[in-house]
Amino acid sequence: MRGDDGVGAAVAAQLRADNIEAFDFDGDGAELMEMWAHQGQVILIDAAVSGAPLGTVHRFDANSDVLPQNFFRNSSHQFGVAEAVEMARVLDRLPRNLIIYAIEGHNFNFGAPLSKDVELAVLDTVDRIKADIAP
Amino acid sequence: MTKTTSRIIKVDALSRVEGEGALDLHIRDGKIKDLKFRIFEPPRFFEALLKGRDFSEAPDITSRICGICPIAYLLGSSQAMEDALGVSVTGPLRDLRRLIYCGEWIESHVLHAAMLHAPDFLELDDALQIAKANPELVKKALKLKKLGNEILEVVGGRAVHPVNLKVGGFYKVPTKARVRSLIEPLKWAIDASRDLALAFGGFEFPDYEYDYTCVSMRHSDEYAIQDGRIISNRGLDIDVSEFPDHFVEEHVAHSNALHGMSKTGEAYLVGPLARYNNNFDQLSKMAQATAKDAGLGKTCLNPFQSIVVRMVETLYAFEESLRIALAYEEPDASCVVVTPRAGTGHGCTEAPRGICYHRYSLDKNGLITKATIMPPTAQNQKQIEIDLHGVVERHMDLADEKLKWRCEQTIRNYDPCISCATHFLKLNVTRD
Repeated sequence: MRGDDGVGAAVAAQLRADNIEAFDFDGDGAELMEMWAHQGQVILIDAAVSGAPLGTVHRFDANSDVLPQNFFRNSSHQFGVAEAVEMARVLDRLPRNLIIYAIEGHNFNFGAPLSKDVELAVLDTVDRIKADIAP
Repeated sequence: MTKTTSRIIKVDALSRVEGEGALDLHIRDGKIKDLKFRIFEPPRFFEALLKGRDFSEAPDITSRICGICPIAYLLGSSQAMEDALGVSVTGPLRDLRRLIYCGEWIESHVLHAAMLHAPDFLELDDALQIAKANPELVKKALKLKKLGNEILEVVGGRAVHPVNLKVGGFYKVPTKARVRSLIEPLKWAIDASRDLALAFGGFEFPDYEYDYTCVSMRHSDEYAIQDGRIISNRGLDIDVSEFPDHFVEEHVAHSNALHGMSKTGEAYLVGPLARYNNNFDQLSKMAQATAKDAGLGKTCLNPFQSIVVRMVETLYAFEESLRIALAYEEPDASCVVVTPRAGTGHGCTEAPRGICYHRYSLDKNGLITKATIMPPTAQNQKQIEIDLHGVVERHMDLADEKLKWRCEQTIRNYDPCISCATHFLKLNVTRD
């Protein structure tokens, strides 16, 4: 993983440890549409670079919010989270309930560990997700 | 006293290309005074980073140059090492290499043609607008791209930066069942890619042609993808090891990427158009027929039609993938054994954007003492500037915003990968 870019995987690992179904995905964002097809509720976690303080947890309701551009790290030749969500919206392929957590990172160097503030944000995000899915 | 008219057009950050670049255009009295295609993405010094590394590390390190065409780096460096170490990869392992390279062509070509280049011809800003105007076309394109990614996953372990390739072959070969699972989707994809080629063939193409020096690989038995000799439409026909005798790179002040050129200083073209013009006779009958039905001749000199050529190549890559998948039997060994020794090796493959050349020297322990990589976008830079000159002169009467758009479209004809070239665009136009 590239430093704080591993925050999504870290949250997913913690959710799995708590017996909550979670998957890692490091492929092309265009395939997210296939992954969440036919799902009622989906929660997506990714790193963000928006200029906010390190470890800030942003939360979006993708069914009602337009995701900010240039927020998620990606290549112009691959779909990032924002492009995938907006494309799915146009093609009517959004899940009924899609929540996105974007956690602010600063260090994206190869092999670097999560920053301390991002580690703390992992725990906060897991708690918020548990509240989201509580019956 | 004569009044001087000046136009300045600036594109500060070119969109829908990979990496960061810009274009400065200064027009005075209806003539181009200055035109610079600038690559300002910082260089990444991969060649220096490779020095002292073991030969076996080169594929995985160099593949990080590009997230779009990692196979070009994985295979180009592997073949150069195999050349230096005196081994060759043949038979079913070579077929698997061709299969994964087809996957890379498919995912790269479909994304560029349908999502990044097509908006130019429809006067739309991006793929989201195409999705609104023609959702079925975008759904089809996304499904085709996904299948390209799936080929990368089946053979390479994952779609982004595959991890299963090595000098000598693979760490593990895919099961027959896994490869055969691709067969039915591939049959659908051949027809679907023909549909897209025909749809793109119906676009209105700007009036511009150029008598390119087309440089590509050519293989004796097939449309060259992963190996062959290097040829041109001017009579060049050389072994890959002779590449440095005929082509050089030069640093220009306005770009962080080296400009490739012939040893006599001439620009040349690599990529889909060059391949198509040099090797049309080796395309499948269906690919040739689709090209004809989409409005192409046996050669194509209008770079704006490269969007159609990309889809013809995509169709061919699906046909090749199907052929390989149908014949696939699991090889007994996943790789050939390689033993370190001193030497120099050369490798070259057809990346989606054109030939990608590698050369490495090794010491007796197999450690890299020298590395040279020449990616396709660096080789195309000089030709891109020539095309921009020609297109601007032909379309000088366009208003600044339209001219700016046309210039960006001209650059996107090349599907430039600036990230590779630096190992591209802001347009700045000045009219006096």
